[in-house]
Amino acid sequence: MKIVVCIKQVPDTKGGVKFNPDGTLDRASMMTIMNPDDKAGLEAALRLKDEYGAEVTVLTMGLPKAEEVLREAIAMGADKGVLVTDRVLGGADTWATSQTLAGALRNMEYDLIITGRQAIDGDTAQVGPQISEHLNIPVISYAQNLKVEGDSVIVERQFDDRYHVLKAKMPCLITALAELNEPRYMTPGGIFDAYKAEITVWGRADLKDVEDSNLGLKGSPTQIAKASDKVRKGSGEVVTLDPAEAASYITGKLKEKHVI
Amino acid sequence: MGLEEYKGVYVFAQQVDNVINSIAFELIGKGKDLAEALGTQVTAVLLGSNVKNLADELAEYGADKVIVVDDPELKEYRTEPYAHALSSVIEKYKPEIMLVGATAIGRDLGPRVSARIHTGLTADCTQLEIGDFPINPVPGKETKHNQLLMTRPAFGGNTIATIACPDFRPQMATVRPGVMQKRERQEGVKANVEEFNPGFTPDNKYVEILEIVKAVTDTVDIMDAKILVSGGRGVGSPENFKLLEDLAEAIGGTVSCSRAVVDAGWKPKDLQVGQTGKTVRPHVYFAIGISGAIQHIAGMEESDIIVAINKDETAPIFSVADYGVVGDLNKILPVLTEQIKAARAAN
Repeated sequence: MKIVVCIKQVPDTKGGVKFNPDGTLDRASMMTIMNPDDKAGLEAALRLKDEYGAEVTVLTMGLPKAEEVLREAIAMGADKGVLVTDRVLGGADTWATSQTLAGALRNMEYDLIITGRQAIDGDTAQVGPQISEHLNIPVISYAQNLKVEGDSVIVERQFDDRYHVLKAKMPCLITALAELNEPRYMTPGGIFDAYKAEITVWGRADLKDVEDSNLGLKGSPTQIAKASDKVRKGSGEVVTLDPAEAASYITGKLKEKHVI
Repeated sequence: MGLEEYKGVYVFAQQVDNVINSIAFELIGKGKDLAEALGTQVTAVLLGSNVKNLADELAEYGADKVIVVDDPELKEYRTEPYAHALSSVIEKYKPEIMLVGATAIGRDLGPRVSARIHTGLTADCTQLEIGDFPINPVPGKETKHNQLLMTRPAFGGNTIATIACPDFRPQMATVRPGVMQKRERQEGVKANVEEFNPGFTPDNKYVEILEIVKAVTDTVDIMDAKILVSGGRGVGSPENFKLLEDLAEAIGGTVSCSRAVVDAGWKPKDLQVGQTGKTVRPHVYFAIGISGAIQHIAGMEESDIIVAINKDETAPIFSVADYGVVGDLNKILPVLTEQIKAARAAN
């Protein structure tokens, strides 16, 4: 079985984000990590590899520096890494990103494609389902459990108040929730392999069956009108009182606002 | 094909088990504002099996027209038949705006449909308005009027971006549940219904549903609660949530929690407020022992009144609280509960 896992290098938003004086995101000063949902997707692929002997290829699109996450994935146990990088691909929205990745995937063999549900920088959850549409294969998003049975996958698909157990014929695309599993650590042997591993680097010319008009900033239907740091409503009063006074303070405010 | 051919604001009226999700009414409410600005109407698109009788409810919340695709293939949500139905409606009726709820269904359906019809999709919007693009004139660039300007948080709620889709139609957005306001229900309004069926031919993209497992829950949906008493890691233990439950009972509220509490296994996921949980905007939000990670704040900062109790005076939650108290929740809550009981008994 051949599995391709799409992963993304993202700024670690947990520590907050930093801005350049012109208001754009200061990516250079922020730590980067492998997107958590993607890492769960990779772990799911590696478990299938452990169980059934799959070949796992990781695919990413980004700046040359994004090679780092491919090496991290290889250190965890992935077999090969493919980096798609080209100036003309920059500024892509989810349409152009999914077109780019679909163009790369058309050059690859796969039974199963796994992506994370969403990346923590954009939080859109759109690229996985859009890739599946471009490749004309089924998608099962929000996977919380995954197994293979013959030529099909059986997936628990999470909804708000329930889950569906779904069966899809391969090839198909799954988007993984971080809850799917606890990703493994890199192994010393894996890190050694990752150093030696040759990363395949593709540019625009290596993408199959994609028009220029669907790539990069120019191929993106959505355009940014305005971006800014979030303006919060600002703090009100903060008081330090002993417990009885503190309770009276809150009760007083609730009465003032006619809550009680 | 000219962009001006596309007319009207359309909303996807999500239903599950033949019950319309509240997001559908919220989208109609926002859709009415947009339609008024554009001088057009709101059409709800209702997909399902035996759902025709639900159309009037959509009209009662303001839908000017309801397009119903009623087919057994649409009984349970599956990506492909739903994507086929919605794409077919868009191709036939050519709306200028298509809104979908950013639910676990909408965030699967929206991208698949937008990719099929080749248009842009903006995820998880918290604000929608009609305006010019570019917002301020740019020399050498045409200013387009009457564009949908879609505003959404990104980078874990640290930034907000406003997005437009000037050259493709429909302009599509998924909209975060609990953010837009419904209109008041007008009982007895009858829907102007149009039935449409594009035909369904199962192919490789139709997945098979083997089983449907519903979560058993008897709690109030925290998104509907007027008062939320929300606890974080600072509550200390699952047993200690009793203090919050007592307060909630005294004030007529519902208990919710932060992600840390769900991760620790103290409370179920459906009570989680925040970026990866639910967005809430109750009248009163008590943040108790919640430090206020940005992802949490993103899910509750629109609450009318925020009361925070935390022992750490530097906790970020105080930056959004209207009334912040630095102190020990274990000592404050029992007194507060008694005072509230007394105040309500006196009324």
